[in-house]
Amino acid sequence: MKRALTALALVLAGALPARAEPLRLWHAYGGAEEVALREAVRAFERETGQEVDLLAVAFGAYLAKLESAIPTGRGPDVFIDAHERLTTYVDAHLVAPYGGEVPASLEGEPLIPLRTEGRLYGLPLSLKCAALYLNDDLVPEDPGSLDALVATPVGEDRFPLVMEAENGYYVAAILHALGGELLTPTGEYDFQGPAAETTLTWLAEQVGAGRIPDEATGELVQRLFASGRAAAAISGPWLAPDLPEDLRWRVIPLPPLTAGGRPLEPYLTVEAVFAAADEARSPERVAATEALMRYLATGRGARIRAETARQVVADAAAWTSPALADDTFLRTFRAAADTARPMPTDPRMRMTFVPAQRALRRVLRGGEAPADALAASARTFADDTRPPPAERDPTLALVVFGLLLLLLVGYWVHRVRDPAVRVALLDSLPAYRWVAHAFFAVFALVILPLLVGAAVSLFAGRGRDLHYVGLANYADILTARGGDLLGDRSFYVVLGVTVLWTVLNVALHLLVGVFLALLLNRPKLRLRGVYRVLLILPWAVPSYVTALAWKGMFHRQLGAINAILEALGAEPVSWFAHFGTAFAANLATNVWLGFPFMMVVTLGALSSIPDSLYEAAQVDGATRGQRFRRITFPLLVPALAPAVVMGAVWTFNMFNVVFLVSGGEPGGSTEILVSEAYRWAFTRGQLYGYAAAYAVLIFGILALWTRATVWIGGRKERRVRRARDAAAKELATS
Amino acid sequence: MKRLAAIGVHAAILLAVAFALYPVLWVVSLALSPHESPGAIPWPTEPSLDAMREVVLRTDDEGRYLFLMQTGASLLVAFSTALVAILIATPAAYALSRFRFVGKDASQQALLATQMFPGVAAAIPLYLILDALGLIDHLGGLTLVYATTAVPFAIFQLKGAFDTIPRDLEEAAMVDGATPFEAFRKVVLPAARPALAVTALFAFMTAWNEFILAATFLSREEIFTLPVVLQRYVGEHRAQWGHFAAGAIVVSVPVMALFYWLQRHLVGGLTAGGVKG
Repeated sequence: MKRALTALALVLAGALPARAEPLRLWHAYGGAEEVALREAVRAFERETGQEVDLLAVAFGAYLAKLESAIPTGRGPDVFIDAHERLTTYVDAHLVAPYGGEVPASLEGEPLIPLRTEGRLYGLPLSLKCAALYLNDDLVPEDPGSLDALVATPVGEDRFPLVMEAENGYYVAAILHALGGELLTPTGEYDFQGPAAETTLTWLAEQVGAGRIPDEATGELVQRLFASGRAAAAISGPWLAPDLPEDLRWRVIPLPPLTAGGRPLEPYLTVEAVFAAADEARSPERVAATEALMRYLATGRGARIRAETARQVVADAAAWTSPALADDTFLRTFRAAADTARPMPTDPRMRMTFVPAQRALRRVLRGGEAPADALAASARTFADDTRPPPAERDPTLALVVFGLLLLLLVGYWVHRVRDPAVRVALLDSLPAYRWVAHAFFAVFALVILPLLVGAAVSLFAGRGRDLHYVGLANYADILTARGGDLLGDRSFYVVLGVTVLWTVLNVALHLLVGVFLALLLNRPKLRLRGVYRVLLILPWAVPSYVTALAWKGMFHRQLGAINAILEALGAEPVSWFAHFGTAFAANLATNVWLGFPFMMVVTLGALSSIPDSLYEAAQVDGATRGQRFRRITFPLLVPALAPAVVMGAVWTFNMFNVVFLVSGGEPGGSTEILVSEAYRWAFTRGQLYGYAAAYAVLIFGILALWTRATVWIGGRKERRVRRARDAAAKELATS
Repeated sequence: MKRLAAIGVHAAILLAVAFALYPVLWVVSLALSPHESPGAIPWPTEPSLDAMREVVLRTDDEGRYLFLMQTGASLLVAFSTALVAILIATPAAYALSRFRFVGKDASQQALLATQMFPGVAAAIPLYLILDALGLIDHLGGLTLVYATTAVPFAIFQLKGAFDTIPRDLEEAAMVDGATPFEAFRKVVLPAARPALAVTALFAFMTAWNEFILAATFLSREEIFTLPVVLQRYVGEHRAQWGHFAAGAIVVSVPVMALFYWLQRHLVGGLTAGGVKG
C-alpha cells in the first residue's frame, strides 16, 4: 500500500524513474576507505548501468539506524559491517541470506565467520586484525618477543611499546597466546583463571614500570607512535593513514609474549557486505543486489579497495596482482589474518568488552589484585546477560486497564451531566480554539511517543524480541535484582549520585550565576557589554562539542588540565580513575555549561527591581549589605525559583555531560539515572524494557519533586509577598 | 578604596571570562593544529587551516559542496523549527495566560511532565509515527518533531511573558472596538517581542544541536544536519579531532551570532519564564 502511494506520488511529481530504482548502499567508512568504496561503486555503475546511492552513516548511529529503517522498508539494499554483529542482525531479521553464486576466490577462511546455522550471509570484503608497528630508527631489528621489546632501551621520555592496555580487544591477543579466551564457544564468560591473571600481571608490571603508557586510548597510541615517542605500537591497519610521511616504520605480525612461546593471537574481524532483509524485493532486484555484492568483494572492486584504501582484501585473486604482492604492509596484515582468531558472532561477545575493561582498569589504575578484579568482572557480565523475567499473561492487566478506562469515561459522563460543568465547558470553547492545534501537535509527536516508550517498560527481552512481563522490570530495579541494595549499580546508589549531582550543580550554577550577575549589574561598570557576551559563550556552543572538549582537557597525558598542574609543579591527576575526581570533572563541565543561564535570568530579575527602592533605602541610610538582604535577595528569590526548578529537572537528566565526559568511569560509579538507562538500552545488550522502566521511574521522581516544590513555593510566595508589601509600606512612609 | 573595589570586580569577572573562554580556545586551537594536541596554553604553534578547508569544502561525486548544502539544510530546519514552534506555542500560551477553561491545570501539568521524561525512549515510536505520515528522510518531518519538542518549554516561556503584560492594555483596545484576536495581535504580541525572540532562539538551538533523531531519521547525505556530519569524524577506530573541532567552530558561529544579536532581549525575555504550575 505504502509502495503504491509512493509510486503514485512519484508519478504525480512527474519523476517516475525510467530505469530501475537505484540500489541503496550504507556504510560507516571514512577517509581513504570511503573514497575507495565510492570509486568501486562508480565503476560498478559504469559497467552495469545500475545506479547506486551511497550513504555514509556515523558509526555511533549505525545500528540504531539499521534497526529502525530496515523493518519499515526504508533501509538500504546492501550494507557494510563487521562480521561479529551478524548474529544480532540475523536475530533481529535485518539481514537476508546470500543466495547467489559464491566466487571461488572468496572460498576458504574469510567465509567461515559469515556462515551461521548452515546459511551464508554476506560476502567478505576485508580482513582486519592487530599487528606490531615498529619504528625503524628505534627498533632496527625485529624483536623475538614482547618481553624483549619492552626491555629495549629507547631513551628518556619514550616508551618501548604503546598499546590500548585497557581494551579487551587488544589484550585478548595476549590472553589467547597464553591459552585463555574472553568467551567460551558456548557463550560463557571466560576472562578468568591462570591465563587471565598472567595477562593482567604482565600488563600491570609493564604499565607500573612505565614501559607501556597508562590509560592509553587509540588517540594516544597514534600520537605517541606518530611523534616517535613510542618505539612500537600494537594496532590495526587503521593506524597507518595517520602516520606522518617522514616517519620510518614497518609492520610485523605480533610476536610471542616470551621468547619461544606461542605468538600472540589477535581477533580477526571480517568486514563484509550484507544484503538487508526485504521480503518485497523482486527477483531482479535481488539479482542486482547480489551482483553489487560480488562486484565489491572481488575483481575490480577488490583491487580498487586494496590500492586506494590499502584494505587487506579477502579476495584471493586480487593478491596475484604485482602491486599487492609487493606491498609488505598489506602482505604482513594478510599473513597476520591467517593466524588471527575470528571474533565469535555470539552477541554476548560484545558484552564481554565492558566487564573486561573494568577488570583491566581496576588492576592497572586502582592496583587491585588480578583475581579479585576478574571475579568482579565475571559478576558484571552475569548481571548484564541475565535471562529476562518470565513471560506473564497480560489478561489481568488488560482487564484492570479496561476497567480504569471505563471508570474514567464514566466519571466524565457523570461530570458532564452536571449543568455547571456543561456551562463551564461551553465557556471554555473560545479558549479551546486557541489551544487545539498545540494540543494535537504535542499529543501526537511528544506525548504519544513517550506513552509508547513508557508502555515498553512492561515488556522484557533483547532487541525487538519482547514479551509481556508485567511489573517485573520495576521489581527487578527496586530490589537491585536480588543483590545488595547499596551495591554496585543498584538503583538507589545511582539515585544517590544523581541527587548529589543535581544539588551540587544547581547550587554552583546559582552561586556563580548570581555572583557574576551582581557584579555585572554594578552601575558604573565598564566593558559590561563585552563581559556579558563573553560570559554567555558557553551557552552558545553546542554542548556535545564542549563536553568532548572538556573530556579532552581532562585527559591523563594529553589534557590541558594536567599540563597546567605540571606547569605549576603539581603531580598530574588521573582524573577518571577515582569517583571523586571523575565526578569533579563532570561537575566542572556542567557548571561551565550552565552558569550563563542562571546569570542571564538573574540579570533580568535584577533589572526589574525598581531603582526607587534602593534610592529610598539609601536615603534611610541602609548599608549595602542591608540593601542586599532586605531588597535584592527577597525580590530575586521568586524570580529565580522557576529557573531553579527547571534547571534541576534539566540537570537531573543531563545525559550529554555524564555520557561524554566521564562515561560513567570509574566502573560506572559516576553514572546518573538517565545515562544508566541508556546503558541498559544500548550497551548492555538492548534491554529496552528495563531501560524504559528506568525512564518511568525518573519521570516519577521528578514529578513528585516538582509537586513538592510547587507546594513549598506556594508557601514561600505568600511569605515573599508579605515581605514585598512591607518594603512598599516602608517606602511609602519614608 | 572605590578604585580598589573596581579593580577587584574586574579581576573577578576576568577570572570568570578566562574560565568561560578556555575550553572554547582549546577547540579553536585543536582545529588549527590538527597534528598536535594543545598544551596548557591553547595556542597553535603551527596554525594551519587544512582541517577547516577539508571540512568546509568537502564535495561529493558531482562536485557539489556537501558541507554548504548541509549547512543550508541545518539552517532551514532550525529556522523553520523556531517559526513553527512559535506559531504553535503563542496562541496556546496566550490562552493559558488569559482564559479560564476546563482542563487548564491538567494541560499545564502535562506540559511540565513532558520535560521530565527522558526523550531517548521515544525515538523508535517517533520513527514509526513519522513513517506512517510519510515524513521519514524529510526535513519537514524533522522540523515537525523538533518544533513539537520545543513547544512545551516555549509555552511556559511565553505564558510567563504574557502574564507580565497588563490586561488593561487589551481591555482598552477592546473598548475601542477591537476583537480579542486583534487586541492580541496589535497589543500583546508587540509587547512580548523580547520573549518571542528568546523563545525562538531556544527552539532554534533545539534543532541546531540535536543529532540522535537526525541521524536516525535522515538517509540522504545532502540533507544531513551539521551535528550528524560532525559525528562522522568520530569513527570506530579513528577519530579526526582536528576535523571535528573545525566543524564545531562552524556550527557554533551562527548560534553565537544569534546570541550576540539577541543578548539585550535575552536579559529581558527570560525573566518572565515561569513554571509555576
